Amino acid sequence: MNSGPIIETRDLRKTYRVGKVDVPALRGVDLTVKPGQFLAIVGPSGSGKSTLFHIIGGLTPPTSGEVRVAGQDLAAMTEAGRTRLRKRTVAFVFQKFNLLPNLTARDNIAIARHIGGFDSKPEESFEEVLRLLGIANRLDHKPSELSGGEQQRVAIARAIVNHPAILLADEPTGNLDSESSKAVLEILRGLNERLGQTILMITHNPEAAAYGHYIVHMRDGKIIERPS
Amino acid sequence: MTAKLVLENLKHKPMRSLLSILLIGVPVTLILCLVGLSHGFLEDSQRRTRGIGADVVVRPKGTSYLTLSGAPIPQQMVGLLAGHPHVKLAMGVVNYPVQGVTLGATGVDLKQFDQMSGGFTYLHGGPFQGPDDVIIDQFYADEQHAHVGDRISLLNKPWRVCGIIEGGKLAHIVFPLGVLQEKTSSTGNVSQIYLKLDDPANTAAVVQGLKNLLPDYPIFSIAEFTSLINVNNIPALKEFIIVIMAIGVIIGFAVVCLSMYMAVLQRTREIGILKSLGASQFFILRIILTEAVILGIGGTILGIAMSFGAWWLIRTVEPASIPMVIVPSWWPIAGVVTLIGSAFGALYPGISAARHDTIEALAYE
Repeated sequence: MNSGPIIETRDLRKTYRVGKVDVPALRGVDLTVKPGQFLAIVGPSGSGKSTLFHIIGGLTPPTSGEVRVAGQDLAAMTEAGRTRLRKRTVAFVFQKFNLLPNLTARDNIAIARHIGGFDSKPEESFEEVLRLLGIANRLDHKPSELSGGEQQRVAIARAIVNHPAILLADEPTGNLDSESSKAVLEILRGLNERLGQTILMITHNPEAAAYGHYIVHMRDGKIIERPS
Repeated sequence: MTAKLVLENLKHKPMRSLLSILLIGVPVTLILCLVGLSHGFLEDSQRRTRGIGADVVVRPKGTSYLTLSGAPIPQQMVGLLAGHPHVKLAMGVVNYPVQGVTLGATGVDLKQFDQMSGGFTYLHGGPFQGPDDVIIDQFYADEQHAHVGDRISLLNKPWRVCGIIEGGKLAHIVFPLGVLQEKTSSTGNVSQIYLKLDDPANTAAVVQGLKNLLPDYPIFSIAEFTSLINVNNIPALKEFIIVIMAIGVIIGFAVVCLSMYMAVLQRTREIGILKSLGASQFFILRIILTEAVILGIGGTILGIAMSFGAWWLIRTVEPASIPMVIVPSWWPIAGVVTLIGSAFGALYPGISAARHDTIEALAYE
């Protein structure tokens, strides 16, 4: 964890235009994340957590400010550049799992490989990850045949199959019962500890946030409390 | 992997997929039936003309190779032409439309016809026995459910079926020459004259000689005459086929556009998921276009299958009046037309999907 930051934002601002009204979502966010950190971001609805994620994940450009992810300047990046970023550098785990409903778990993972420009079949070493996730024997089922916990574990497998530098988890336990939530959080912590996976996790849940190395609090588009 | 995703998408909404294929298949069937009917009429006409066994045909003044109007040639000309060098036999016939342009009857001197063509092949019955007799071919007999001895109504009069012949010679309905002349008020005249030569090698010389002798009459060798009976020479037929093809493209376009637009709306969230995984706009567009092309291919195959159904139905119900044939050489043309319509139909929904905002798409319920 002594190397340079993998995520760095300076005075990051994002303003959405809603009708004729400008709505500021981020009002100058400075954030630094080093490789291998597991950071939890907490805050009330409308605090700008998701917008920050979307910018770091290349889903939307910032209005102003600097944002560098894995050495790449996202503020200057085109749509095509941000698309390339999502192929291999950042990956998402969503609250609603967001698996493709028509594909099996195996194919959901394979399509991420395919889009990432890899052979659709994951490396043999990934079998071990699937066993760790506890879904090795559930891969031929479609999402509708899997429990919420299993779907989220498939989503995690899909997210890390291309070895992204950063895993962005947006309320990953928001739709899960407490037992499944704990299992998913243990998995995320395991990925961070065993594989050195950098993880940023948005959560409302203080217990979930406690799994991170650090907790950042946001409110009204700003970071109001950060680890010292 | 892309193909698998597309196939799974198609399987996910089977009714939408099948309905799209069916609606795309209808214009394919329409095109193939129209072409099949055109070719069927022309091939039937060519086959029956060749079946006469003549080498040269003399047509009335002012007619084209496709139209006949009454019987304007004086019958004495038959005797005149019979005496022309190299002419072995001259036979005048009267043609009369029985059912619009689709079904005609011919009046013929059976004895002359037998000499020229080798005669009809009778499947049932035999030649004329009396003035009220009519010979019909097997197609017309099937169409009318007629048997030898039955009475059928033609030219506002009942006729006794004396013979049912194998199809492919002269006409579907054959009357005694004199009877049809009288019935059509053309006694002493014929519609056209067929000539059989002593040696077919003399055909060109005889045609040229007759053109010099009868400069106002269209005179053709049978080979030339039958070669002129094709789609390109039927006034407006080619244009009509093009219009039907254009309608096919438009229907294919509209069906695919609507179907894929609905599919894109239903899959907004999935498009967002793919984009969050790093799928480019081109990748999304390719998925939509691939799906449209698969629907187009399915529609083409179904359309071809349905054209066989139409062919069977027409052969069963109207075998003589509507001689439809299957024209396999038009399958790829109909397929390409359909695929062009389908691909263009998928462009707008595809581009719309590719341009979806990822965050909004992911939030779509």
